[in-house]
Amino acid sequence: MNALLAQLLNGLDKGGAYALIALGLTLVFGTLGVVNFAHGALFMLGCFCAVTFRYLITIETVTVDPSRVSPWGAPVEVRTPVVQEWFGDFGAILVDYSVPISLLLAVPLMLAIGIAMERGLIKHFYKRSHAEQILVTFGLAIVLQEIVKSLFGANPVPQPTPVDLRGAADIGAWFGMAPHVLTYPWWRLIYLLFSVAVIGGVFAFLHLTTFGMVVRAGMADREAVGLLGINIDRRFTIVFGLAAVVAGVAGVMYTPLLAPNYHLGMDFLVLSFVVVVVGGMGSLPGAVAAGFLLGILQSIASVTEVKSLIPGIDQVVIYLVAVVVLLVRPRGLMGRRGIMEA
Amino acid sequence: MTKFRVDRRTVLKGTGAGIVALGAPHFFIRNAWAQQFCNDPTKGKIVFGFNVPQTGTYAEEGLEQLTGYKLAVQHINGEGDGGMLNTYKPLSLKGNGLLGRKVEYVTGDTQTNTDAARDGARRMIERDKAIMVTGSVTSGEAIAQQALCQERGVIYMSGLTHSNDTTGKDKRRYGFRHFFNAYQSGVAIAPFLAEAYGKDRRAYHLTADYTWGWTQEESIKAATEALGWETVATVRTPLGLGDYSQYLTPVLNSGADVLILNHYGHDMVNSLPQAVQFGIRERQANGKNFEIVVPMFSELMAVGAGDAVKGIIGTQNWNWQLDDEASKAFTQSYGKAYGAPPSQSAHTGYVQAILYADAVERAGTLYPPEVIKALEGFEFDGMGNGPTLYRDSDHQCFKEVLVVRGNEKPTSRFDVLNVIGKTARNEVTYDPSIFGGELGPYEPNQC
Repeated sequence: MNALLAQLLNGLDKGGAYALIALGLTLVFGTLGVVNFAHGALFMLGCFCAVTFRYLITIETVTVDPSRVSPWGAPVEVRTPVVQEWFGDFGAILVDYSVPISLLLAVPLMLAIGIAMERGLIKHFYKRSHAEQILVTFGLAIVLQEIVKSLFGANPVPQPTPVDLRGAADIGAWFGMAPHVLTYPWWRLIYLLFSVAVIGGVFAFLHLTTFGMVVRAGMADREAVGLLGINIDRRFTIVFGLAAVVAGVAGVMYTPLLAPNYHLGMDFLVLSFVVVVVGGMGSLPGAVAAGFLLGILQSIASVTEVKSLIPGIDQVVIYLVAVVVLLVRPRGLMGRRGIMEA
Repeated sequence: MTKFRVDRRTVLKGTGAGIVALGAPHFFIRNAWAQQFCNDPTKGKIVFGFNVPQTGTYAEEGLEQLTGYKLAVQHINGEGDGGMLNTYKPLSLKGNGLLGRKVEYVTGDTQTNTDAARDGARRMIERDKAIMVTGSVTSGEAIAQQALCQERGVIYMSGLTHSNDTTGKDKRRYGFRHFFNAYQSGVAIAPFLAEAYGKDRRAYHLTADYTWGWTQEESIKAATEALGWETVATVRTPLGLGDYSQYLTPVLNSGADVLILNHYGHDMVNSLPQAVQFGIRERQANGKNFEIVVPMFSELMAVGAGDAVKGIIGTQNWNWQLDDEASKAFTQSYGKAYGAPPSQSAHTGYVQAILYADAVERAGTLYPPEVIKALEGFEFDGMGNGPTLYRDSDHQCFKEVLVVRGNEKPTSRFDVLNVIGKTARNEVTYDPSIFGGELGPYEPNQC
């Protein structure tokens, strides 16, 4: 029972990440009708916002210690982060919490990248076929990942979890269980809460603000909103920027869980498309529901007993679900009638 | 006047004499005839092909290996400080290239992909006319390349490959491995695990799902069960998976008290910190501290895994902190050239290139069967691993195996692993028949 609870918690945690990544993708499709294959690259760029911030905050002063010599005869260099020299203990805290603090850099940067991407490239493909949109955005994704590769190299760049948030929370003890019966890593719990908060924030923005109301109206009937004298294109540009921000912050907070590399976006691209297709193209609640559903299923399928019953099920379960959903309900779990059903 | 008559006997005699006359030169020049071999550089350049992952999952290890190869070529050609050529014995190289001619090289990117590795090796043989191909970071790459090189009659000196299959069921006459293997890791690490964690343990294996992972799991499982440990479960994980959380969660309540990660490269860089994040090392199970073991280590992986590696026990082929003269000479030479100590990947690349070149010099020819014979059963020392044998029956090197532990108090960013012991060569030597395989013929195929 405890093992099942732990696995369920893991499923929610994975699902939160899937939902968060798929949310921006479905937001862009729902508003602009663009199939954005560069969405994974936006997630990867978010990860590298955290990496860049850490590089900046850990710029070091290098002094040579003449009393120590390396095995090849060169004097040993002593490195100290500048920020630590300037601010002392506070500087050390800044370095330790570099990942969450880098959200402050990621939000404006990803918004700017999203807007630039939409105005510079995507808008020219609104009236083109989905195949052409896929080709151009896929090409863009490759360009972005090659830029990141040339700047940061091909290897993963690990980002540390803040010291206070390392290790696991004894969740079982919170509910009166014996110690260490049900534990889960602190940062993964934080990521789950963060996912829920961001998803909630996006829904609130779309449902509780005038801007969101106009965007939703534009999603339903773009021409009618335009006839009312509203510049819907500008709002959709901002929505594209918002989607980039959502992907970016998802990436930032994911870095302590998985050391980012230039190829990370491609790794998540297929997964996020499966989530969106299962949930229903353009359906925000569908993407969230499918994210959690697939996360939980993947987690349960990885249990040793399940794997011994159906070998290899852990690696194919989400694709099996996608096949079944597409056969039974081609528009996805919560997709609108007519979307991608032709 | 005598009339010349052609009868049946005359024809038979004439035919017999003709066959002998035409065949005789072939007999006397047999050796010269046989010396026509793939990429024979009689008139052209002597080219080595360095085929390593420069992108993909194991790019970092591959790039390090490449630096080792480049340094080796410098030393073979008589440039630089000579590195381990100053300690290696018996030395036949003269510091003037190979058979008096300068060595050149071409490089390729295997992309950490078996198909790309095979294609790259083929290109080096066909287009670049490489006389020898070397390099790998996965066993899949090594096995694919050595099979191709056997077909083409070009010697392949593998890089990092730890699967038992490389010099076991997939061994080839034209393939040679200096790196140690999973069986040797298991034998080497077992006594240290018994000393550190006792003989009453329950182990849970997470294993990368490909040839190396399978053979390592098999070898470590056999070695730990021989100690008295019980294996609770062996779970295969996809190669290149980023998030291992769904495989780590079941470990917590499995009844195991040791997690063995049969992962390498980025897999290990991800799985080990994630296991630590799950609080596994802070847990108690069966009245004991929960422990994590990574049987196969590299410095680059250890750096990538960060603090998670502290205190973790594993094995290594070589470590730059060894204090023998050869290791010191190599570390100094490499450090001067690249400003950092060499990894075991760089060491393996360097050693393999030197061993091939030295074998050519010993054989006095580039003709592969003679070079193969010069390497088979060759005993050498002064390469950082103590006295070493290139066994003739499977082309596996036999030498000491290092047991290492993640450094709790590193003094620099390179000081990540401490050598805690060495397992002697005779203890890691095994009967080659246990892993099967056939080496195949000496005679080369034509390109």
